[in-house]
Amino acid sequence: MIRAQVLICGGTGCTSSGSAALIKEFEAQIKEFGLENEVKVVRTGCFGLCALGPVVIVYPDGTFYSRVEKDDVKEIVSEHLLKGRQVDRLVYKDVGEDFVEESHKIVSLNDTNFYKKQHRVALRNCGVINPESIEEYIAVDGYAALGKVLTEMTPEEVIQVVKDSGLRGRGGGGFPTGLKWSFTAANKADQKYVVCNADEGDPGAFMDRSVLEGDPHCIVEAMAICGYATGATEGYVYVRAEYPIAVERLQKAINDARAYGLLGKNIFNSGFDFDLHIRLGAGAFVCGEETALMTSIEGNRGEPRPRPPYPAVKGLFAKPTTENNVETFANIPTIIRNGAEYFASMGTERSKGTKVFALGGKIKHTGLVEIPMGTTLREIIEEIGGGIPNGKKFKAAQTGGPSGGCIPASLMDTAIDYDNLTAIGCMMGSGGLIVMDEDNCMVDIAKFFLTFTVDESCGKCSPCRIGTKRLLEMLDKVTEGKATLEDLDKIEELCHYIKENSLCGLGQTAPNPVLATLKFFRDEYVAHVVDKKCPAGVCKNLLKYRIVKDSCFGCGVCARKCPVGAISKTDYIAPGKKLPALEIDPNKCVKCGACMEGCKFKAIVKE
Amino acid sequence: MKSLAELAAIKEKMQNKVIMREGTGDIRVVVGMATCGIAAGARPVLNAFVEGVNEAGLSDKVTVTQTGCIGICQFEPVVEVFEAGKEKTTYVKMTAEKAKEVIEKHLKGGTPISEYTISNV
Repeated sequence: MIRAQVLICGGTGCTSSGSAALIKEFEAQIKEFGLENEVKVVRTGCFGLCALGPVVIVYPDGTFYSRVEKDDVKEIVSEHLLKGRQVDRLVYKDVGEDFVEESHKIVSLNDTNFYKKQHRVALRNCGVINPESIEEYIAVDGYAALGKVLTEMTPEEVIQVVKDSGLRGRGGGGFPTGLKWSFTAANKADQKYVVCNADEGDPGAFMDRSVLEGDPHCIVEAMAICGYATGATEGYVYVRAEYPIAVERLQKAINDARAYGLLGKNIFNSGFDFDLHIRLGAGAFVCGEETALMTSIEGNRGEPRPRPPYPAVKGLFAKPTTENNVETFANIPTIIRNGAEYFASMGTERSKGTKVFALGGKIKHTGLVEIPMGTTLREIIEEIGGGIPNGKKFKAAQTGGPSGGCIPASLMDTAIDYDNLTAIGCMMGSGGLIVMDEDNCMVDIAKFFLTFTVDESCGKCSPCRIGTKRLLEMLDKVTEGKATLEDLDKIEELCHYIKENSLCGLGQTAPNPVLATLKFFRDEYVAHVVDKKCPAGVCKNLLKYRIVKDSCFGCGVCARKCPVGAISKTDYIAPGKKLPALEIDPNKCVKCGACMEGCKFKAIVKE
Repeated sequence: MKSLAELAAIKEKMQNKVIMREGTGDIRVVVGMATCGIAAGARPVLNAFVEGVNEAGLSDKVTVTQTGCIGICQFEPVVEVFEAGKEKTTYVKMTAEKAKEVIEKHLKGGTPISEYTISNV
């Protein structure tokens, strides 16, 4: 009889910090102590707190161990699993001040600040079940929604429930999902398709990957439900080849579902047939755009095409097609099981439910969080995310990756939903949330994202292909201190031109990071242009390292650290010092900062 | 998969394996499993609770877990039962047989067995 379970995260984050070796070690140690009939080891999907990985949770008490190493395993097994004493030094305890410790209550995952404010719908099974076990998925009500749909509901009723729930596309656009389904359903055709967009390409976003890794069956189930509602009998999941764990688990999920007859012919004896295929993407960002994605599935070069016709009329293989993002699908089974009202009770007036964000950048708790729509940025960053490390000040958060904009500190209390973000010139995007502090230069950030879109532009239309390249060159001019104020106006003009004239979403949104930073941080652009200074000290061409002669002891460490020999002795000996001070030749200096790091006397300044 | 009943049967069969992860139930049974407890025979007691609770169909209400030494080593094996809003009950010198009785009368029936508690030694 199993009395305790050890859940070990097998998501990509924890796998790369060594969780696979941990699983082996746990199994070996449990055997060593003769507990193999009492304790079970389960590999799960992502728990969300990736910064603290590898993460291990022991149930039934729910003790949450973070940063577990192979050498800690024996102690956990002998102390916790054998004797019942949790290993305090490894327990993660960030629970906030209002936590009252009761005598019998141990710190469990749900008490931590990171989890308290979260509300998990799309991620409900991630970190809870073994993603490779269809039986465990069924045990947590898996496939009950598909069963209910096929035995009790008409396709029209299913679409109505999804419409009533208020669910909107989680890939970024925010189009009402129920409406999208009804468009495909309304079109008559001999064959229709369901497509799941798992081509997650934004730098810093990993929520789709985590859902596929942690709960692949919910995508299989949701796609079958969508197929029934829209009249499709075949589905494709387009997933990046760079996500090997996700691909492997999804394939196993599809195989297991077929073996159980949850995919295939005559599912639940309802006469409904549905089957799924995986297509691997080679990683082009543009393939996340729906028409380019379908072109790629068809075997052609992944380029977008003009709409209309929309996919609901003429999509994959020129047949009516419904395409949704992974996270959108992940919400469907819960909506069907718990009803539209349950889902609509969360969130704001026009944005219902929850949203998953991948927290990254300058934040303590890097990881995956799911919060109800309408939560403020301040709550996400300060309470759930644990704030900015090293006592630095929050400057801005970038949402929506290369298609989105930034939210400055002054708008930190904005309730996050689709419409509020659009109103401030930002975008929900797929949910990457990159936090920046005072050490980040906003012009440099805009340049970073634009470099990405320049690389990823497919080249089909000229506003995007040529426009983004020219825009990047103008930003280079700014960071090199060669731009004029007139150039800033030209940048803005070009941004609007690219937005209005590009063929697909990639080009239409590519200038957003530039526009947003220009709007909220124009003073930083002006500092680069007029004062020839980078206030954050990032842009190398505008930086100068200088030795403060009166503080210099002349020890010569900096001269030895300098890779280009730019530091030499002067004739000047500062009062109270014995050796002559040094100086940096600005013409030779490559601004690597090695001298400043090496100086014990803090005599070198960056300006 | 041909019917909802078939799905429900799999769910039923598997539920015990995942229910432990759904957070704590209303009642917590905590077995002292420090060196003193193990030496006095706490392991069979713990197993009796785990199996008994499961057999009695109480898995969704009762969480069986272990703890370290609580300092009354001479009374081991010690088992404490915590119920929301109630005083905790401390059973001492437990055995697998007594455990079965506790499950039947206390966990199922709602009445603590006072003769096994610490106040009676």
